[in-house]
Amino acid sequence: MLSIKNLHASIEGTPILKGINLEIKPGEVHAIMGPNGSGKSTLASVLAGREEYEVTEGEVTFNGKDLLDLNPEDRAREGVFLAFQYPVEIPGVSTTNFLRTAVNQVREYRGQEQLDAVKFLSLMKEKMKLVEIDQKLMSRALNEGFSGGEKKRNEIFQMAMLEPTLSILDETDSGLDIDALRIVSNGVNQLKSPDNATIVVTHYQRLLDYIVPDFVHVLYKGRIVKSGSKELALDLEEKGYDWIKEDVDGASV
Amino acid sequence: MSKDNQILEEFTSKEYEHGWSVDFEADEAPAGLNEEIIHWISAKKEEPKWLLEWRLKAFRTWQSMVEPEWANVHYPKVDFQSLIYYSAPKQKSKPKSLDEVDPELLQIYERLGISLNEQKKLQGIAVDAVLDSVSVGTTFKDTLSKLGIIFCSFSEAVKDHPELVKKYLGSVVPMTDNYYAALNSAVFSDGSFCYIPKGVRCPMELSTYFRINAANTGQFERTLIVAEDESYVSYLEGCTAPQRDENQLHAAVVEIYAAKDAEVKYSTVQNWFPGDKDGKGGIYNFVTKRGICAGDNSKISWTQVETGSAVTWKYPSCILKGDNSVGEFYSVAVTNNYQQADTGTKMIHIGKNTKSRIVSKGISAGKSQNSYRGQVQVMKRAQNARNFSQCDSLLMGDRCGAHTFPYIDIQNPSAKVEHEATTSKIGEDQIFYCNQRGIDTEDAVALIVNGYAKEVLNQLPMEFAVEAQKLLALTLEGSVG
Ligand SMILES: Nc1ncnc2c1ncn2[C@@H]1O[C@H](COP(=O)(O)OP(=O)(O)OP(=O)(O)O)[C@@H](O)[C@H]1O
Ligand SMILES: [Mg+2]
Repeated sequence: MLSIKNLHASIEGTPILKGINLEIKPGEVHAIMGPNGSGKSTLASVLAGREEYEVTEGEVTFNGKDLLDLNPEDRAREGVFLAFQYPVEIPGVSTTNFLRTAVNQVREYRGQEQLDAVKFLSLMKEKMKLVEIDQKLMSRALNEGFSGGEKKRNEIFQMAMLEPTLSILDETDSGLDIDALRIVSNGVNQLKSPDNATIVVTHYQRLLDYIVPDFVHVLYKGRIVKSGSKELALDLEEKGYDWIKEDVDGASV
Repeated sequence: MSKDNQILEEFTSKEYEHGWSVDFEADEAPAGLNEEIIHWISAKKEEPKWLLEWRLKAFRTWQSMVEPEWANVHYPKVDFQSLIYYSAPKQKSKPKSLDEVDPELLQIYERLGISLNEQKKLQGIAVDAVLDSVSVGTTFKDTLSKLGIIFCSFSEAVKDHPELVKKYLGSVVPMTDNYYAALNSAVFSDGSFCYIPKGVRCPMELSTYFRINAANTGQFERTLIVAEDESYVSYLEGCTAPQRDENQLHAAVVEIYAAKDAEVKYSTVQNWFPGDKDGKGGIYNFVTKRGICAGDNSKISWTQVETGSAVTWKYPSCILKGDNSVGEFYSVAVTNNYQQADTGTKMIHIGKNTKSRIVSKGISAGKSQNSYRGQVQVMKRAQNARNFSQCDSLLMGDRCGAHTFPYIDIQNPSAKVEHEATTSKIGEDQIFYCNQRGIDTEDAVALIVNGYAKEVLNQLPMEFAVEAQKLLALTLEGSVG
């Protein structure tokens, strides 16, 4: 489904990603971990098409298409969803209105019929249950004044609405309280299917207790320096990153 | 150049949608301005002598005045002698009812989406349409007259209700008020007149549609709204003009009079031709709008959505004379390409417990300049006056400008005046967020801008709010790419 080959990307001339290779098949969950500043969000942004990042080398194919060739909105319409680490606020635009525009543009691209107000609202109702999001948030301006946890929950709610094939969750667990973590994770699990895949960026094992990964990758200095099964995350939880850093830094000297 | 700017750079204006004109035979005054022309206009309109005298007095005052230069706008001087001050579409004879109005004229308005045809009426909106200098027809006249409401062209009002016109004309905006108001007083050709008798709530929106068609013509319309005790009216005004290379002048005067317990809501969606994307052509919009809350507990509310004009100079104001009277000003002003707008309001608190509220939202794109100029004046006897002003500016790109000029003058220590101002940029991260959800950039900008202007758009009657939203999107279309 997603194939990343030797991906290099830089921002304002500074190289951040330095040769990422990753293969993701439908139905899989990949966790990406790694120390702060290692390039996890950068990778997510590059996949989503943020234009400040310049791809200097490598290729990315998504369901047979050259992903890097598509503009951000078409990537979204093709099924790439990014739950942002820091969701932005859009004053004056209600979540409902925002999502209706988004859902209908995505549906148009996918050749599906437009949803009228009634159909749209009933779809919203159904998906709201999934992440137990409060109705009141829907009529408020998008993310404006939302608590950290509410913003994260709203991201997953939007994911549910847009039915992506590849979801990238960038530290969705940060800011969620214990109950919210469970609820949001359950939501993500219910959205899982043999046809879609998930990339979970996280620092903590506790999220991976709920969303169990098939693979765990460690990103360090812009490269995937270690990959393994879900046990790797447990090792990291116990030992931290030093042993990996030493391996890498030692080897490169 | 950062991506943000690059995006915004490409934000060039879309073709002006109403940029067509129609050739039809017109009855025009010779170009130029002198007493003779004023006699000519007055005679053409078969006006009473007092009005001719009034015009002449205004003209003489105007001659002694100089064009104001304090506004933050720059444009080549208008050559007042090259303008035509009166242009009327020629009709075989005066139409008595809408059915007799030249179908070609009606078609112009149909193309603008304004139906004068009562059968296909704009639901519940009575329309008076002014083409170039004269009023073409007023719909719903019968329905309204049953309630004693007078809604007609200014010329008709002069003929049928001279006592009312004489009483209120110039009572809110004196002919000597300013350069453009004096000019308008001298040469105004037509406009709308609206009178709501005591205790009547006008059951529909009253709407005027202004259209400049002829070339080299100045449009000088005059609107007078009088709301008697305990009455209510919501009045709307829309404007467009054809796309022409030369600049055209629009210098209107609007006067609103609100008696005791009366409420007047005045909304404009102004979409005059703004000039092309290189700054060629466009309307100079120099307008004086003022309302007086003459009676206690009266209220005047101005809502404006300004998307057009090459140069805008406009300050809808309220004189809060009656005790407990309320003045409101809600404005969205968008400038793109080379447009310049200097707009705002004046709130003059005279009565006790008077309140005013100012919400101004400026949006600048391209190389445009957008200035808010607001004055809050609290007079000596205005005990407990309250004002709240909120002035926000939204910038798209870094080649445009937003400026705020608040003036506050308080002569009564009990006054409470609050002023808040913000300046923000449309964030690249906001646009990216929208893109990531499958929304293209054009729609993202429309969403963000409409969200930003929401507080003002909410003040507009439903149908107009939808129109205004589309207009905002259209004005900014292509500006982010
Ligand atoms: N505009 C920029 N100029 C230079 N460096 C930048 C710029 N933007 C980001 N970076 C750097 O890129 C590196 C990768 O950042 P990124 O956000 O991808 O890290 P991360 O792995 O997501 O970290 P965290 O775990 O803290 O979220 C960081 O060192 C960051 O400072
Ligand atoms: Mg990050």
